[in-house]
Amino acid sequence: MVAEYRKLVTTRMWWVLLLALAAYLAFIGGALAFSIVVAAENEQGDLMLHGVDAAASIYGLTNAIGYVFPLVIGSLAMTTEFRHQTITQSLLVEPRRGVFLGAKLLATLPLGLLYGVVATAAVVLASAPVLAGLGDGAFLTEPDIIEVLLLSVVVTALWAMIGVAFGSVLTNQVAAIVVILAVTQFVEPIARVALGAFDALDGVAKFLPGAAADGLIGASLLGSMDGGSAELLPRWAALLVMLAYAGILAAIGRFTTLRRDIG
Amino acid sequence: MTGPTLAVEGVAKTFGAVRAVDDLSFTVRPGAVTGFLGPNGAGKTTTLRMLLGLTRPTAGRLLVGDRPYGEHERPARVVGAALEASSFHPGRTGLAHLEVFAPQVGVSRQRCRELIEFVGLGPAADRRVGGYSMGMRQRLGLATALLGDPPAIVLDEPANGLDPEGIVWLRRLLRAFADEGRTVLISSHVLTEVQHTVDDVVIIARGKLVHASSLAALADLAEPETYVESPDPAALQRLCEARGWTAAASDRGLLVTGVVAAEVGAAAHSAGVELHQLASRGVGLEDVFLRLTGGAS
Ligand SMILES: Nc1ncnc2c1ncn2[C@@H]1O[C@H](COP(=O)(O)OP(=O)(O)O)[C@@H](O)[C@H]1O
Ligand SMILES: [Mg+2]
Repeated sequence: MVAEYRKLVTTRMWWVLLLALAAYLAFIGGALAFSIVVAAENEQGDLMLHGVDAAASIYGLTNAIGYVFPLVIGSLAMTTEFRHQTITQSLLVEPRRGVFLGAKLLATLPLGLLYGVVATAAVVLASAPVLAGLGDGAFLTEPDIIEVLLLSVVVTALWAMIGVAFGSVLTNQVAAIVVILAVTQFVEPIARVALGAFDALDGVAKFLPGAAADGLIGASLLGSMDGGSAELLPRWAALLVMLAYAGILAAIGRFTTLRRDIG
Repeated sequence: MTGPTLAVEGVAKTFGAVRAVDDLSFTVRPGAVTGFLGPNGAGKTTTLRMLLGLTRPTAGRLLVGDRPYGEHERPARVVGAALEASSFHPGRTGLAHLEVFAPQVGVSRQRCRELIEFVGLGPAADRRVGGYSMGMRQRLGLATALLGDPPAIVLDEPANGLDPEGIVWLRRLLRAFADEGRTVLISSHVLTEVQHTVDDVVIIARGKLVHASSLAALADLAEPETYVESPDPAALQRLCEARGWTAAASDRGLLVTGVVAAEVGAAAHSAGVELHQLASRGVGLEDVFLRLTGGAS
């Protein structure tokens, strides 16, 4: 555990990604808050959000668009081992491969929480003044909003864990990042909207990982704005679905990658 | 301290159609330095990876003491191993590399600092490994292997990339470990690189064992060579022919194979042939090695 944690924080990648995440979310958060406020003032767009909903959706950005970062850092924790063949040394000190994978999954949680805190703080710092100054208010003391903020942090840590599990399945670093980008930026958003368009499949969309994360937070930008499936899982179920993604991917990794000969 | 005996028992490993290791058996005793030798591709690394539980043998078993490596409580405290000189994260500093693995080995940061000084990387401790030379990586690999102060040490091609000074230093270190009673196994594809370091040799070729003995017993297989020079080369030539020796022209004299210097000297003396040089060229260990490893099929 400690070893796995040290692995994460002894390279530069973790804070490079963290800074990128913070900058990215601050920018989007500020821009989105601004556009919602302006749109509301001009009385356009019936789909636009008001009041607490607007605040919740914006604060939920950490998950809605920021989740690719914890996913990537999580996958890197695993794929780096294979890219630089440090997996050899790792398995020399811990030959029980299940224990090795478990330690990696858990060690990512504190870093994931840190990502969550920084990301959420970045969104709030950029958007709250806009909402408060020009819009209906920042609602930072509203219990619902505080829940959204705290759960955003938790969800970010879970994403990091899913990233580790995914990296154990797809150990090629470049391939893993490409797949993560493709799925998060393209496949899942489209799938959510597409599935939402068919009544028969509407129920499936909420089990997609991003939708489950929205369910856990209880706020969905995609769900509320794009006219897609607005239906989300209840929080407990959403948490289970996210953990299931991590668990199933990790199990696949354990019985494929980590069963093979190393080196 | 008495190190564990390392045992390879009837081990085979196939990669697809390649039979990398084939019915290989040998043991490595504590208190000695054993050289694990064979040309490139002979199966040394594969065997060591199987010994350390990284690769699963197709047949047979490999033991560290009484059980396989992975079944030891804290294996890195039983066997310290360095496999490839390249398996470091290039973005980590040398010291950080040690500190990453220290918790699982069960040692402190203090020990990491001491070790990095010990292997001569003190000045480079806080530099990224990406900028290390091959020899520095070898030293860092060695430091990693020594983290847990293990009673057995397994090093794959440790002399690769080391400067001559480094080789002498490594030789002394391994000798000291063996004298303390530890088990020391080092691989190499060049016998002469380790011939001053090892007590025992295990030689493989194409995955099969071709020779296992003490270094002295290996040397007995080698033919002595004697260089001899005379102001009367014709007489010297006749002497060799009369005795039935194989002699080849070399420098300004002859190189006689299969005969020790004393015998050549005595023969020349009784035949009244004047000698200006008579020197033992030592045993051609490398020739023995090449003969042993080239002949296996
Ligand atoms: N992972 C692998 N996949 C396929 N072939 C391999 C693998 N590892 C080693 N080999 C083959 O096994 C043989 C022995 O290799 P190796 O153990 O590295 O030899 P050595 O260390 O003695 O040079 C070689 O023919 C090599 O190509
Ligand atoms: Mg090798």
